[in-house]
Amino acid sequence: MELLNAVFIAPFVDMWEFPAFFIEVVITGLLTGVLYSLVALGFVLIFKASGVFNFSQGAMVLFAALTLVGLMEKGVPVWLALILTMLVMIALAFAVERLMLRPLVNQDHIILFMATIGLTFFLEGFGETLWGSNVKRLDVGIPNESFEIHGVLLNQFDLFAAAIGAVLVAGLAIFFHKTPVGRALRAVADDHQAAMSVGIPLKTIWIIVWSVAGIVAMVAGIMWGAKSGVQFSLSLIALKALPVLILGGFTSVPGAIVGGLIIGVGEKVAEIYWGPLVGGAIENWFAYVLALAFLLYRPQGLFGEKIIERV
Amino acid sequence: MLYREAGQFKTSYAADQAMFPIVQDRWFILALLLVAYLVVPFTANEYWLQAVLIPFLVFSMAAIGLNLLTGYAGQLSLGTGAFMAVGAYSTYKLITAFPDLNVIVAFLIAGVITAGVGLVFGVPSLRIKGFYLAVATLAAQFFLSWMFNKVPWFYNYSPSGTITTPPRTVFGVMVTGPEATAEVRYLVALTLVAVLALAAKNLVRSRIGRSWMAIRDMDIAAEIIGFRPMQTKLTAFAVSSFYCGVAGAMMLCLWLGSAETEAFDINVSFQVLFMVIIGGLGSILGSFLGAAFIILVPVFLTNAPQLFGIAMATDTQKHLEVMIFGGLIVFFLIVEPRGFAQLWQIAKEKLRIWPFPY
Repeated sequence: MELLNAVFIAPFVDMWEFPAFFIEVVITGLLTGVLYSLVALGFVLIFKASGVFNFSQGAMVLFAALTLVGLMEKGVPVWLALILTMLVMIALAFAVERLMLRPLVNQDHIILFMATIGLTFFLEGFGETLWGSNVKRLDVGIPNESFEIHGVLLNQFDLFAAAIGAVLVAGLAIFFHKTPVGRALRAVADDHQAAMSVGIPLKTIWIIVWSVAGIVAMVAGIMWGAKSGVQFSLSLIALKALPVLILGGFTSVPGAIVGGLIIGVGEKVAEIYWGPLVGGAIENWFAYVLALAFLLYRPQGLFGEKIIERV
Repeated sequence: MLYREAGQFKTSYAADQAMFPIVQDRWFILALLLVAYLVVPFTANEYWLQAVLIPFLVFSMAAIGLNLLTGYAGQLSLGTGAFMAVGAYSTYKLITAFPDLNVIVAFLIAGVITAGVGLVFGVPSLRIKGFYLAVATLAAQFFLSWMFNKVPWFYNYSPSGTITTPPRTVFGVMVTGPEATAEVRYLVALTLVAVLALAAKNLVRSRIGRSWMAIRDMDIAAEIIGFRPMQTKLTAFAVSSFYCGVAGAMMLCLWLGSAETEAFDINVSFQVLFMVIIGGLGSILGSFLGAAFIILVPVFLTNAPQLFGIAMATDTQKHLEVMIFGGLIVFFLIVEPRGFAQLWQIAKEKLRIWPFPY
């Protein structure tokens, strides 16, 4: 009885009695969710255009952040460092296409997946060999002060992150729907062979997609790096982006955003209201279990394309 | 000339269905086992046994387990580390709760317990497939390692949260604990691996193995011709988890001696998956080759700078190691995406006609 009370009644009573605190928790969750979405977005871009489940997105986030910080430590001004990092990510896209994707064309998905795990190790090692492995502070001039509205504590930085996320998503939406390159990308995502037969260069498309994913990774790296310092654990947030992906569907950009927000809020609320019951630290697996439970009900995710199977 | 089946006539059904139909294969396996049993324990030193051979055996076992699931039944799993943890923790609980229990029996019971846990986490596979399933198995990984960390019952309320194997004997010989020699632990591990690998090799040729392969190749078609997807997928999860559980038990008792949940984290899952892919999906031999490769490469990379006389800071070396390891994996996938087992197949074809060109 006491257990039932603790699970089903007490947390809700808490929420009702201290609405300001509850809203704060939800907002923190939403903002973490935005950051998850940024990482998940990179996954979705690459999966849509090439069917590759790119596990190295997290390592790309780390690599971009390390490069940016490394350049800034060398005394390069912020704007130049940003441009240089962008160029590095584009160069990386070229290298990945030429050295990894092209020789592996037409292989099983699982082989490509393993190759991206190999790439993950490579990038982690490469980034840390180049720039060292100690935790670095990243300061690109994002304001970081807290203020209060109606008793709810907010952080400027988090709002800024949300704004960046919104701008990025809007930019990607315009890019995908209004530009010729974007149309080509959508064509490739729909059907590789049909796209090739109407003259869309698949290799160029892959380079573009990996470059865009690299730049998204850079943005995610900047936001995470400014929040918690640039360090090795950045590459682990890829693991957090996975439940976001399955919740939202592998092929859906809005899915990545909504999934990220749901996971972000869900795990924060669960940690604060239900975590103490089972000893805390449930943030690590809660997102997965949430996603798993959801998958059983809807196997293709929230916005994923309906899976149709034929013999 | 030396390796060909020409002239080896089968005169009975038993001979026709033999596990190794070619005489040379049989002799090779026998010779390998003899060397492993009689020569290695007396010649290998402590470092080789502890740092290379025992981990190799442990990970071969885990790789066989994952290969049964991923290579034969086609269900991608990233929860191997967690299943190994289940095996390790249940062995620990068993041998501390029942001090008189034979350790080998405890290993097998731990395997059965892991099979049960595997069944539970295999249930989503009935509904979801491919990468969705892989991510779903990550839920097992994170949930189980959290559970072993948070519930003190699992590590007998020890303040440090580590589990340490108590000394136990089998037939009067010290097998586990700090007193057990590396040779004994090696021999026990070798026996377990040899017996269970043979069992696995037999299993995949049986009705169960064939149903796994049917589900792997096209599950809807398999369902239509009468394989039950639920039974097939769940047996695959159960058997695979059994092997992973025994591997985890071996890892704790025969290799590490004491462990925390970190020893069974997500990296272990990836390592085993690498072994399976680099060794060859759907091949028992491949599991061994892959395990050997993944174990030996880091050992080689760690020792290489000294061999070539290059001085390096330790952390730079560590990073370079990771980088080269990743690069090598991509390289091998490009060169032979179907793994070492495929290389062996090609070599076999070549050997068959050697030394003549046709």
